[in-house]
Amino acid sequence: MKRLLSSAVFFVALVGLWHYMVSTGKYSPVLLPDPLSVWEYLLRSLQDGTLFQATCVTLRRLFTGYGIGIAVGIPVGMLTARYRFMEDTVGVLALGLQTLPSVCWVPLALVWFGQTEGAMLFVVLMGSLWSVIISTDNGIRNVPPIYARAARTMGAQQFYTWTRVILPASAPFIVTGMKQGWAFAWRSLMAAEIFVTILTGFGLGQLLENGRDLHDMDQVIGVMLVIVLIGLLVDKSLFSPIERLLHRRWGTGKA
Amino acid sequence: MSVQEELKAIPPAKLSIDGVSKNFTTRSGPLRALDDVSLQIKEGDFVCLVGPSGCGKSTLLNIIAGLEKPDKGQTLMDGKPVSKPGRDRMVMFQEPALFPWLDVMNNVLFGLKLKPNLNRKERREVARFYLRLVGLEAFAHSNIHELSGGMKQRAALARALAPNPRVLLMDEPFAALDALTREQLYGDIQRIWADRKKTIVFVTHNVREAVCLGNRVVLFSPHPGRVREEFQIDLPRPRDINSVELAGYASRITRALRGYVDAPGTELGAE
Repeated sequence: MKRLLSSAVFFVALVGLWHYMVSTGKYSPVLLPDPLSVWEYLLRSLQDGTLFQATCVTLRRLFTGYGIGIAVGIPVGMLTARYRFMEDTVGVLALGLQTLPSVCWVPLALVWFGQTEGAMLFVVLMGSLWSVIISTDNGIRNVPPIYARAARTMGAQQFYTWTRVILPASAPFIVTGMKQGWAFAWRSLMAAEIFVTILTGFGLGQLLENGRDLHDMDQVIGVMLVIVLIGLLVDKSLFSPIERLLHRRWGTGKA
Repeated sequence: MSVQEELKAIPPAKLSIDGVSKNFTTRSGPLRALDDVSLQIKEGDFVCLVGPSGCGKSTLLNIIAGLEKPDKGQTLMDGKPVSKPGRDRMVMFQEPALFPWLDVMNNVLFGLKLKPNLNRKERREVARFYLRLVGLEAFAHSNIHELSGGMKQRAALARALAPNPRVLLMDEPFAALDALTREQLYGDIQRIWADRKKTIVFVTHNVREAVCLGNRVVLFSPHPGRVREEFQIDLPRPRDINSVELAGYASRITRALRGYVDAPGTELGAE
């Protein structure tokens, strides 16, 4: 409760400061609109449905691409950790491509897929996949071998050992990779949406760019706020509970 | 299978180690960890393997467990050759090797889940029985990191006992514990051995510990690992590690051990 209060006070003060700066009249409202008019934009666009629709389009792209990234990345990471051949091939590929800023996939995606949903999915997937592979691989390599030995003495076969021992034992690493993959995917998707108008759906990035075209700073800042809010929400509702569970089990995170 | 039946102490197995040799390749060349080691261990015996580090006693334990394969010779359990790990031979390691993502109860359940013929409720009942046996009932839902070192080894013991193995293999399980906790566990392990009727092979470099626990103490010497001598310990149980008679045995064995280990720099633990 106390923590919630300190957060609330901080953000109210921040908005207050913003409002004060606008009210001094030193900044043109075309460049820095009042928080109140941004709020009005948000209400308006919520009422006419544009904001909600754009959010849905963006989140659908994000979760589909990210979901595929995890579903493919974790098994591939397991393979690169397990087989020397996979490590020397796919592992090296993942390591190399992970260093590529995910925005760099956008031009290629456009050439390959055109202005389609496929291009958006591709960008999100490329943004998240490599981080997930690398951290899964890394997590598995950090599992103390004694765990697998203990499991074997209890009669666990290969598959059981992998799913019930190696995978949960590397969970802290995998979750870190999933978080990083999420951040990369989210950033690259925004970049892609700002760069390209996709005819099949109007996402948050496009809404932002559209605001700039119209010189509507209320819209630009309003959409930015929504993007931040989604990022926070996903972190707090998706990753925080998992991380809390891991910390409780492993006894970490209290430093 | 009913819980009652599952919890019955099953007859312990006899072990026969026949001419086992094992080599390792190390950076400084090949190493003969075990050289033609033979040992007969009868049903329900409590045998301690003692020697300085590098004498191959842990390697032998791993071979009996089926975690490693010998280069020569074989291990028979009740006349059948051991080729892979099995629930009839459970191992306790020096580290507890408990799974941190599971609570104490689920750690004990891990081995039971791999055992057919028990349903969920029965498995929990069996697990609770063994947690009670090692005095950890109240901690069934604790996380592993919340346990002290001694409690961790108790949990590991419960996990090893839960599948009702016929042989218990212990690889210096108490080496990392403080003296007081260790003495408590000496009492517990003797009680459990008498109660549950297991064949126990216990590896240690601590001669006193070996005399306190074992019916027999088998001396190993290193480079290459060989069996040197055997001592029958005829002391009444439960034994107290601080008793004078026990100290007498221990010093005799330590003297014998010194005779085999004259190489400089070899560790000798006669604490």
